[in-house]
Amino acid sequence: MSKKSVKASKEASSAALDFTSAFVYDPAPESSSHAEIKPQYELFINGKWVKPSSNKYFNTISPSTEKVLSKIAEANEADVDLAVKAARNAYEKVWKNMPGKERAKYIYRIARLIQERAREFAVIESMDGGKPIRESRDVDVPLAAAHFFYYAGWADKLEYAFPGKNPTSLGVAGQIIPWNFPLLMAAWKIAPALATGNTVVLKPAETTSLTALKLAELFQDAGLPPGVVNIVTGAGATGAAIVNHPDIDKIAFTGSTDVGKIIQKAIAGTGKKATLELGGKAANIIFEDAPLDQAVEGIVNGIFFNQGHVCCAGSRLFVQEGVADVVIRKLKDRMESLQVGDPMDKNTDVGAINSSEQLKKINEYLKIGVNEGAEMYQSSCKIPSKGFFCKPTLFLHTSQSHRVVQEEIFGPVLAVQTFRTVDEVIEKANNTPFGLSAGVWTDKGSKIFSLTTKMKAGVVWANTYNKFDPASPFGGYKESGFGREGGLHGLLPYLQLN
Amino acid sequence: MATTKPTRKPAATPIKTTEVQSNGNGSVKSDRIGVLKTYKIFINGQFPRTESGRYYSLKLKDGSAVNMCLSSRKDIRNSVVAARNAQEKWAEKTAYNRSQILYRIGEMLETRSAQFIAELVSLGSSAAAAKTEVETAVDRLIYYAGWCDKYNQIFSSVNPVSSSHFNFSSTEPVGVVGMIAPESSALLGLISIIAPAIASGNTVIVLASESKALAAVTLSEVIHSSDVPAGVVNILTGKRSELAAQFSTHMDINAVYVNTNDAALKKQTETDAALNVKRARVEGEQNWLDESTQSPYRIMDYLEVKTTWHPIGI
Amino acid sequence: MGTTLLKYHPAQSPTVDQVGVEERCARFQTRSIKNSSKIGALKLAMSMIDLTTLEGKDSEGKVKQLCYKAMHPHDAMPGVPQVAAVCVYPTMVKVAKTALKGSKINVASVATAFPSGLAPLKVKLDDTKFAVNEGADEIDMVISRGKFLQGDYNFVFDEIAAIKEACGKAHLKVILETGELCTLDNVRKASDIAILAGADFIKTSTGKIQPAATMPVTLVMLEAIRDYYYATGKMIGMKPAGGIANSKLALHYLVMVKETLGAAWLSPDWFRFGASKLANDILMQLAKQETGNYQSLNYFSID
Repeated sequence: MSKKSVKASKEASSAALDFTSAFVYDPAPESSSHAEIKPQYELFINGKWVKPSSNKYFNTISPSTEKVLSKIAEANEADVDLAVKAARNAYEKVWKNMPGKERAKYIYRIARLIQERAREFAVIESMDGGKPIRESRDVDVPLAAAHFFYYAGWADKLEYAFPGKNPTSLGVAGQIIPWNFPLLMAAWKIAPALATGNTVVLKPAETTSLTALKLAELFQDAGLPPGVVNIVTGAGATGAAIVNHPDIDKIAFTGSTDVGKIIQKAIAGTGKKATLELGGKAANIIFEDAPLDQAVEGIVNGIFFNQGHVCCAGSRLFVQEGVADVVIRKLKDRMESLQVGDPMDKNTDVGAINSSEQLKKINEYLKIGVNEGAEMYQSSCKIPSKGFFCKPTLFLHTSQSHRVVQEEIFGPVLAVQTFRTVDEVIEKANNTPFGLSAGVWTDKGSKIFSLTTKMKAGVVWANTYNKFDPASPFGGYKESGFGREGGLHGLLPYLQLN
Repeated sequence: MATTKPTRKPAATPIKTTEVQSNGNGSVKSDRIGVLKTYKIFINGQFPRTESGRYYSLKLKDGSAVNMCLSSRKDIRNSVVAARNAQEKWAEKTAYNRSQILYRIGEMLETRSAQFIAELVSLGSSAAAAKTEVETAVDRLIYYAGWCDKYNQIFSSVNPVSSSHFNFSSTEPVGVVGMIAPESSALLGLISIIAPAIASGNTVIVLASESKALAAVTLSEVIHSSDVPAGVVNILTGKRSELAAQFSTHMDINAVYVNTNDAALKKQTETDAALNVKRARVEGEQNWLDESTQSPYRIMDYLEVKTTWHPIGI
Repeated sequence: MGTTLLKYHPAQSPTVDQVGVEERCARFQTRSIKNSSKIGALKLAMSMIDLTTLEGKDSEGKVKQLCYKAMHPHDAMPGVPQVAAVCVYPTMVKVAKTALKGSKINVASVATAFPSGLAPLKVKLDDTKFAVNEGADEIDMVISRGKFLQGDYNFVFDEIAAIKEACGKAHLKVILETGELCTLDNVRKASDIAILAGADFIKTSTGKIQPAATMPVTLVMLEAIRDYYYATGKMIGMKPAGGIANSKLALHYLVMVKETLGAAWLSPDWFRFGASKLANDILMQLAKQETGNYQSLNYFSID
């Protein structure tokens, strides 16, 4: 201990903190031996596995290894029609008239079965989608189970949710989900639909079909009546067949604003109800009186969680000028401790980009940002030579006019701006067609309420970021969509209030 | 449709609303020449003529006609600017304050009910129906005035999340709402759609019933004298065939309401709404006298749910 | 009447959000430390231990036994490092110093009316000087928590500065006794005061108050150290003490140090564990890594 000297301290003063040279974590891969992936998956229609009428299949690959995991059936209009017919039949003959308390028990069973098979789901989710096993294990899968558990309890209590009203189910819900939280989004969609007495035709994203198909196995195990949930796999054309099917009563979509607008147009005049959870470009605002170290954590969770493939990602950072230097320094240091690489490694913080297509898009934005004159900073991590990876990235010295500030990148890329006054940051935060979420960091209570009230966004995290819970309604303002998922408010899109 | 004539053409016969007008024009023999009213539109708390200078002729029951402004897309543009500028301040007023202002509209309407009854009669109602409509319209305002400081308690929630966070969902107004009023109802339909929209802090641009626009203009005067801030309610007269698309395609309108039984208009409105993911509500003709047409859920049609998280710690 | 010039103002310290700190700590605990990194970390943890006995019933014999354990943690297993220091009361310093002669192990002594700190400054200074004169390499002082909670930051500051002076060449570890500070904001403030007043190390606890060291408290202290380093380039050491009884937890702490301050602090010069039971648990883990079998305490000496 006596070795500590003034000289040593002086040397340290010029040096940045070193996060890489000691105590390197050995690989800690999660075993995939427990997860069963079949070589080929059919469509799940009316409680059975059905070959696609096209007889076409597409490969699903692991984005971290680029290896083919399985072949997935591609549903065409005829298959979707079959699925909708099965859902309609199940709705009319079984589900609509089943007492809520009995519906609830099926949904509870599903929740329990997910808990029992949690590890298998987590492993497959990470293999198929590229997200770190830590996240699929600690976030996606437990939240999916919790979502079913939460909504199960609503099934026989709907009359308490909407005072003065007598809510009834809509019929068949067509649900189209994205690739960023495959199982969790399936839960967000299916659980409230079933609890409210609707039946479902669900299409997972084409790059991440596996956990939805595993969920179908579990529906069989749960004894869910045939046709109550049907899973049809495929790409955009399959989704369009669902959206345009005349016997669908409701569309629930999570995905890009562009596709959301196409859907909104497609169902115009049809009487179909819709819930749209679309894109975002959320402001995450750090005031100088914020708990800065926790704010840095919030910035990291805001943009690097799930490789930034999060519609509510805090992708626009606003730091008050007085603390901008120290916050950026802390942020850069924190980025050094992010482990980037194999999604199956239990220590990985940032896994694989979901597809080569998405990686291409992100890389295009990196070029755009550089060409726009923003200063790009990336952590010093090494990324695997195989698979689709992107280093955690900052763009410093950006402005509202930059495309990397205006457009949703859907990757681990954060655009940083500084601000001086409260009015300035409120104006800039709301200066976007999106309105899904926002973050506000300050120690002052009254300022929190002022800011959270003024953010034009459906979810506002104050002194925290990217928190999700089945009891908490989620959804956007403006072009981030409409309708809410989660909580009491998440029932409404699946009900008719009489 | 006259589109070019810039000046107002006097009605062939004066309107039979003279009981409440001091000049005694019409029914009372007098040598005095009556002063006729110019019907204008209501934008940003002012009564301009349409910037287009156009008018259309509104025929009244007695065969006379009055000139109504034939509003243009630029009038809508100006109204949206006014509504947008007014919206935040209107929403920031206390719910109690908004409640009193809606109540004030009701008070003003009540005191001018004779004029409205006369106008409704001139628009074709029987005297008894007109009386019922005006009374119901006043009552509807009082109904929604009462909701201003209550609906948020019904539609909000504290959410028991499984982490150390306080989490609540509360409602906020959606923003600027474009409304195409029921064609068949001169006053009650108008009140029934405006009141729930502004109760929560939205501002509105309303296209009045084309064939019954008279009462809408008079309602503007009532609103103008009821402490409603400029820009909160903007009322235009004109043709829905010309203006409906201006509402549904405007990128700074957050929600659109259209009262129509026309499937094509419904489809067009909902299609256009996708341009900026507008919230679109299209409903058919209603019997507005029926109490089922008043509901806090009509307030909810123009609300966003915002969920706020904050850690619980020391 | 006049205003007292504050040597430390609480506004100098950033606020701390408890839930955010706890979430970060939960993340450290999800790190999976395997194979060679586990063995390396276990040995590193061993080398950071201040093997401690601070009981009224301490005797010369007990201290000698502890010192032998410090030098020979488990001779049956080669390559196990010695601990960093032995920590005792002032009257035991000479015994320990003698027993540890020839090793590189430091003698640390608690002082300043440990554990309450409720004695006049003169007594505390005498206590400190006595321990230093007996040969202590390191002094573990306690701050006056009562004065701190009263907001008398100057008192706390001055006391630390005075003890630091009395330490001479001995290094000063300042015990905040975080279990009595009630909030993480207070932990941060006390850390900043101690660092500004001259602490070489800041330390969580006496071990006499529950809770003793916790990961959230330690993280807040590490962040104070980091901010001071950012501002001055000077390194301050950190010692969580009490409650770290098993290797798994010790590894979580090392993960926290690595990811908060980086490689430079992963050394007994800058990070210590105040613990008594931790050493044997590390030994059992090392033996398990070597043999593949889970171990029993019957095979490891308890001193």
